[in-house]
Amino acid sequence: MPIPDHAARRARLLAARAAHWRHARRVTALLLALWLATSFGAVWFARDLAQWSLFGWPLSFYMAAQGASLVYLAIIGAYAWLMRRADMRYAQQLEGAP
Amino acid sequence: MTKAQRHFRKLSRYYLWFTACFGAFLVALALLENEGMPRLWIGYLFMFATIVLYATIGVISRTANVTEYYVAGRRVPALFNGMATAADWISAASFISLAGGLYLHGFDGLAYIMGWTGGYCLVALLIAPYLRKSAQFTIPDFLAARYGGGAGGRGAPVRAMAVGATIIVSFTYVVAQIYAVGLIASRFTGVDFSVGIFLGLASILVCSFLGGMRAITWTQVAQYIIILVAFLIPTMWLSVKHADNPIPQVAYGAVLPRLAAREAQLLHDPKEIDVRQRFRERADALSSRLAALPASWEAGRREVQRQLDAVRLSNGSLSDLRAAERGLIAYPKTPADAARLWASQRDANLARATVPEAHATPFPGPDQASSDIRRNNFLALVLCLMLGTAALPHILMRSYTTASVHASRQSVFWTLFFILLIYLTIPALAVLAKYDIYTSLVGSDFSALPNWIAYWANIDKLNPLISVVDINGDGIVQLAEIAIDGDVLVLATPEIGGLPYVISGLVAAGGLAAALSTADGLLLAISNALSHDVYYKMVDPKASTQKRVTISKLLLLAVAFIAAYAASQKPADILSLVGAAFSLAASLLFPALALGVFWKRANHAGAMAGMLTGFLVCLFYMLHTNPILGGNAASQWFQIAPISAGVFGVPAGIIALVVVSLLTRAPDHAAQGLLDHIRAPE
Repeated sequence: MPIPDHAARRARLLAARAAHWRHARRVTALLLALWLATSFGAVWFARDLAQWSLFGWPLSFYMAAQGASLVYLAIIGAYAWLMRRADMRYAQQLEGAP
Repeated sequence: MTKAQRHFRKLSRYYLWFTACFGAFLVALALLENEGMPRLWIGYLFMFATIVLYATIGVISRTANVTEYYVAGRRVPALFNGMATAADWISAASFISLAGGLYLHGFDGLAYIMGWTGGYCLVALLIAPYLRKSAQFTIPDFLAARYGGGAGGRGAPVRAMAVGATIIVSFTYVVAQIYAVGLIASRFTGVDFSVGIFLGLASILVCSFLGGMRAITWTQVAQYIIILVAFLIPTMWLSVKHADNPIPQVAYGAVLPRLAAREAQLLHDPKEIDVRQRFRERADALSSRLAALPASWEAGRREVQRQLDAVRLSNGSLSDLRAAERGLIAYPKTPADAARLWASQRDANLARATVPEAHATPFPGPDQASSDIRRNNFLALVLCLMLGTAALPHILMRSYTTASVHASRQSVFWTLFFILLIYLTIPALAVLAKYDIYTSLVGSDFSALPNWIAYWANIDKLNPLISVVDINGDGIVQLAEIAIDGDVLVLATPEIGGLPYVISGLVAAGGLAAALSTADGLLLAISNALSHDVYYKMVDPKASTQKRVTISKLLLLAVAFIAAYAASQKPADILSLVGAAFSLAASLLFPALALGVFWKRANHAGAMAGMLTGFLVCLFYMLHTNPILGGNAASQWFQIAPISAGVFGVPAGIIALVVVSLLTRAPDHAAQGLLDHIRAPE
């Protein structure tokens, strides 16, 4: 009976796709929030951060000149890694099914 | 070992060889300089060698295949794609002007560092992987496929708007790059400015004309290596000199407190206060002349005429006579001219009379309110630059060249990594150079000024890049007596640090590489939009692949010559608009791109409305508030400067897109299916 089998496979594919997209959206939202918090926090509170210092830099200067950019790099790295994992899980889901 | 791995190994080997040869070339030139080779020859050799190098790579990678020409065959490894994108990104402005901007503006300049790096988060998270999955050729292609509409649902209206956006944004940008090429070539080899432009243009064309994206990619990787070496060597040298640590990004933290101490000391120095007071007096004198127009113009002209007559009568020397004649010629021709000239002179004097701001202090201001305005402007600029970065066609089109969606995500990571190698060094260079100038130049004797000051002051006599004049006549350099143009800092750094001239040539070659690599990418973005989107998709959909590539090459040639012609006119107004390109790109393209992926309901009418509204709001705000464009600074909203117009354009575009989409029919089944495909993993 090829038709129900085909329908079942298609349903499974759609479910796996939907799960993957939900996960992708969650990861994206989380990392975007981190991106916004870093950018906004480093600028909005710069005057308050200036009283602390980090190896000679005033903290606000460090954040704007290096810290924020390094956080951005980490965000992009984390995104690539998390999505890679999600992609592999998706592939496994599809393969694992007969 | 898979084919992709072998490809990667081979490329790595090539570029390691290239780097080694480049190092050997530098050492050889250093030895030759030691043997007494003249400076001009070093400049020629650098220019010649690098341009031949780019042309060679272009010839080797020549192609007439459509996929190779438009998207480099979609098999560039992520690391190399990242390097190429970094070179694409690091423009003449980043390489030459950014460190100078940080030197002059201190903390405020860091908005560019934050904005231009943070934008890649948006590229990676919202746009690049989905563009790659759609496997199109250009940005208008993607938008047309996603939104459809127009005759037969082929998306011609959206495509046309996106092409327009690509051209507006990229053209202002490419003119600035070619202008920089002409400037560097003419300064380091002594050729005429326009000759310099066409020399640079030749090397751009050999490369992109023959091989399109494929040739550009491999040239840009080589250019990135040159940019990196050229930027790091002088900065490391300064870092060792002032902090005993060869890693400038780490070392300058130790220099900052010393710089702050020196700044505080200079702030209260009586001689500095005296010099600033003299500038204030000059500004006051100009103000009173301005107030007494047109009588003051009449009186001034009589005075100049009288001086000339006096020299003639007293049989003065020829040079005195010349000077008096020049005075008469330079005198403003009409009271209106005088008003303009004196107002700008008054402003220049006032600027030099103000107390310099501490380098590391965020948003200094006389009171809380003015400090808040600076903070808000900083934030607005950061946001605009980020959104603009995520909408620049020549950067986004690079996500098509990777081998897979995962590779495109990795590629953005490597892009930011390679950009940061430079961008984390730029603030370090600004601080180190500032400390050097504040401690060794300030307080030195006028009779013992270093050579580089005279050299750079003489390059452009009308608007000197640097001027050090003994205002108070004490024979000692005060900080307030130094006027330095931001653009000179990076180019003069080797001489400021006392390095051999080879390094100056290297820095010039680096600046040239930065400008050429960006110009390459931009020209390709424009000509692809014209040939692929306008010609192939809209005019002649049946064109053969051979014909498409040929048309593309011809258009590239035409666009390049128009851009070069525009640059050779030295258009001051276009150059000042480059900052605006980011706001325009963001307002035009960002809402349609991001919502196109993440909001299924976004449809054709919404996209059109979003792009149009974003563009109009952004343009209106610029025209309305930018004095250069005939606006008025007093009509700003929330005191946000016109360069950050995108901060209003983007939300307006998003709102228009959402509202119009909801008011019109949902996108059809085909568009939904395409979106499902773009979102699905491979």
